[in-house]
Amino acid sequence: MADETPKAEELIQIDHRPPAKQWMDVPVNIRKGMYCYASNPKSVEYLGLPNARPWNPIEEDWKLPENWQQILHEGFKERLEKFRSIKVFMDICVRCGACADKCHFFIGTGDPKNMPVLRAELLRSVYRNDFTLMGKLLGRYAGARPMTIDVLKEWWYYLFQCTECRRCSVFCPYGIDTAEITMFGRELLNLLGLNIDWIATPVANCYRTGNHLGIQPHAFKDMIDFFCDDIEEITGIRVEPNFNQKNADILFITPSGDVFADPGTYTAMGYLLLFHFLKEKYGLNVTWSTYASEGGNFGSFTSHETMKRLNAKMYLEAKRLKPKWILGGECGHMWRVITQYMDTMNGPADFMEAPVNPITGTRFENAKSTKMVHIAEFLADLIKHGKLDLDPSRNDNKIVTFHDSCNPARGMGMLDEPRYVIKSVANHFFEMPANTIREQTFCCGSGSGLNAGENMEERMAGALPRSNAVKYVHEKHGVNMLACVCAIDRAALPAAMDYWVPGVDVTGMTELVANALIMPGEQERTTDLRGEPLPGMEEADE
Amino acid sequence: MALIEQLGLKKDPIVKKWFAQVVDTYPAETARFLRRQSDPFANPVGQTTLQGLRTLIDLLGAGFDVKSVQEALDPIIRIRAIQDFTPARATRFVFELKRIIRDEVPENQRSSEELQRMEHLIDEMALTAFDIYMQCREKINDLKANEMKSRTYKAFARAGLIKEPDGE
Repeated sequence: MADETPKAEELIQIDHRPPAKQWMDVPVNIRKGMYCYASNPKSVEYLGLPNARPWNPIEEDWKLPENWQQILHEGFKERLEKFRSIKVFMDICVRCGACADKCHFFIGTGDPKNMPVLRAELLRSVYRNDFTLMGKLLGRYAGARPMTIDVLKEWWYYLFQCTECRRCSVFCPYGIDTAEITMFGRELLNLLGLNIDWIATPVANCYRTGNHLGIQPHAFKDMIDFFCDDIEEITGIRVEPNFNQKNADILFITPSGDVFADPGTYTAMGYLLLFHFLKEKYGLNVTWSTYASEGGNFGSFTSHETMKRLNAKMYLEAKRLKPKWILGGECGHMWRVITQYMDTMNGPADFMEAPVNPITGTRFENAKSTKMVHIAEFLADLIKHGKLDLDPSRNDNKIVTFHDSCNPARGMGMLDEPRYVIKSVANHFFEMPANTIREQTFCCGSGSGLNAGENMEERMAGALPRSNAVKYVHEKHGVNMLACVCAIDRAALPAAMDYWVPGVDVTGMTELVANALIMPGEQERTTDLRGEPLPGMEEADE
Repeated sequence: MALIEQLGLKKDPIVKKWFAQVVDTYPAETARFLRRQSDPFANPVGQTTLQGLRTLIDLLGAGFDVKSVQEALDPIIRIRAIQDFTPARATRFVFELKRIIRDEVPENQRSSEELQRMEHLIDEMALTAFDIYMQCREKINDLKANEMKSRTYKAFARAGLIKEPDGE
C-alpha cells in the first residue's frame, strides 16, 4: 500500500535541522565526490605492501584479512612504542577546540568530523579503548570505543579528508601536529591495504621509473627538449640543459608535475632559462637527473618506510652524480620531507658539501645537513646581490597575489623569500587578508594525494577558504594571477579558480622570474612563456 | 503601509530569521560556528550566506532585478552545491522566506494581493536558485571530465608526444 499523503499541517512541521546526535552515533556515509578510488592492486603489490586486491569503498565488503583487528591493534601498539610524538599526541589533547574551526575541510564541508580535534578523536577513541586503563574500565564514558568495521570506514573516509596541511597545528596550544596524526592513521590503514589509487600508483611509478607518472627517461628528456624548442621560439636562444652529468656544481630536483602538466610546464621552462642565464653569465653548471626525476614524495602519504624509500632515491642519485649540493624546485611536501624527516631517515648527506652559492658566496646554513636548497632562497639570494638582469615590466599585465603553499610555509618556515622574489619581478602585487596567508595560509584543498578527479566536490570544498580570499583581492585589486611554489597547487588551483573565482590564473614563481629575466643575446620578446603577448606587444603578436 | 515598506522596516529580523534557517540545515556544532564567527575569511560559508540573504531582501523590496538576484544567490548556491545536500535541501531555504515574511508582517498590515505578488517573486527566486544549482553541478562534472585532459594531455600533445590518427 502506498504511504498516506501527509496533510498540510504535518508538512509544515517538518524540521529542516539534522537530528542532534553524539558524534559516535552518527554513522559514516561515504558520499560520491568526497572520496578517491581504491588503490590498484598491482601498485600495492609492486611496493610489497600488504593485502593487494581489488576493492571498492562503497561496497559492503572491503575484503580485509580475517584478523584485521589484530593487525591494526598490533600496528598501533608498535607505533606508540616507536614514536614518542604519537603517544604524546594521543594523550595530551584537552579538547579545547582551538583547532576546531581552522580546517579548510571543516569550513568548506560543514561536517563536524572534519574538525581536526574530532578527526583525531576518531583514532583517540580507539586508543583509549585499547591502551588506557580509564578507557578499558569506563568505555564510552571515557571517550573510548572498540574498533569495528564502521569505525574503520569512518577512519578511512575522514583520514582522506585531511590534506596534512598543518594549519590546525598552528593554533594548538600544545603544538599537536594533527598532520602527523593523519600520517599515522593512514599508515595503519595501509597495513590493511586501504590506500587510494591517486597515492598508491604514483608511489609505485616513482619507485620504479623515478616519477609519479611513470614516464621513462627518454620521454622525460623529450619533454624538456620540447620546452627548449618553445624557449627558442620566444627568446631566440637555444638553452642546452645537462642530464645525468657527473660532478656538476648543482643537481636540480623538482616535482615531475612541472614537466608533465600545465601550468607547471611554464615553471619548468622558467628553470631552464634561469640555469642557462647562470651558465652563460657565471659559468654555473646545473644538471637534471632522469632517475631522480621526482621531488614529490607520495610515500609520505603512505607510511614512513615508503617515504624513506622514495626520498633515498634523490640521495642515491646525488651519491652517483657527485654534485656539490642539491637545488630543489617549487614543490610542497618534498620540502616537508626534506626539512623535517630526511635527516633522520637518510641523512646526514655528508658526501656533499654544505651548500654555498658560488655566485654570491652565501652559505645556506639551514641546509648544511640535508644539502638541499630551495629555489626561492637561491633566487632571493641572487636578486639581493644584483646577479640577475630583470625587467619586471614584462609582467605588468599580471596583477599578482601569493598563495603560501602549506608545506614550504608551515613545514619549513619559508615565508618571505618567495614574496621578495615575486615583488622583484612583478610590479603589481597584492596580499590576501592576513588570516589566510603566511603561517595561517589556507590549503589548496588537494594536497596529500587528494588531487584526483573523482573527488571534485571534496577538492572544491577544501579549496573554498583559499578561493574566498583570492576572490576578495580579485574584486578589490583586480588580481588575475595566483602565484604559488608547489606543483600540487599548480595542478589543483586552476580547477578551484575555475569554480570559485573565474578570471584568475595560476603561476609558479620561477615562471614570473623567467618572464622578467633578460637573457644575454636574446631577441626582442613579444610574448611571455605561455605565448601570451607582453604588455604593449599586443599588436606585434598579431 | 505597503508590504514593501514593511519589508524595509523589518529587514533586520527577517534576515536574522532567514539566516538562522539556512544555518540550521547544518549539524548543530557547525551551525554554532557559522552563526558566531563574523570574520568573512575565517567563516566564508556563514558570512557569504548572510551577505547574500541581506542583498536578496533588498532586491525583493526594490524591483527584483533578475541579474542582481542571480548575482546574490550564486555564491550561496555555489557553496551548497558541493556540500552534503540533496538538490531540494540545498535550495529549499528560498521557500522558507515566505513563512518568515508572513510571520514578521502582521496580517492586518499587508494585503493579500501584495503578499501574492511577493510570494510569486520568491517562487521566481527559487527557480533561479535551482538554475544556479544545476550550473554548479554541471561545472563540477565538467571539471571531473576535463581537468586531466586539459592539464596533462595538452602538455603531452604540445610536445608532440601523442600520435593522433591521421585519417589514413
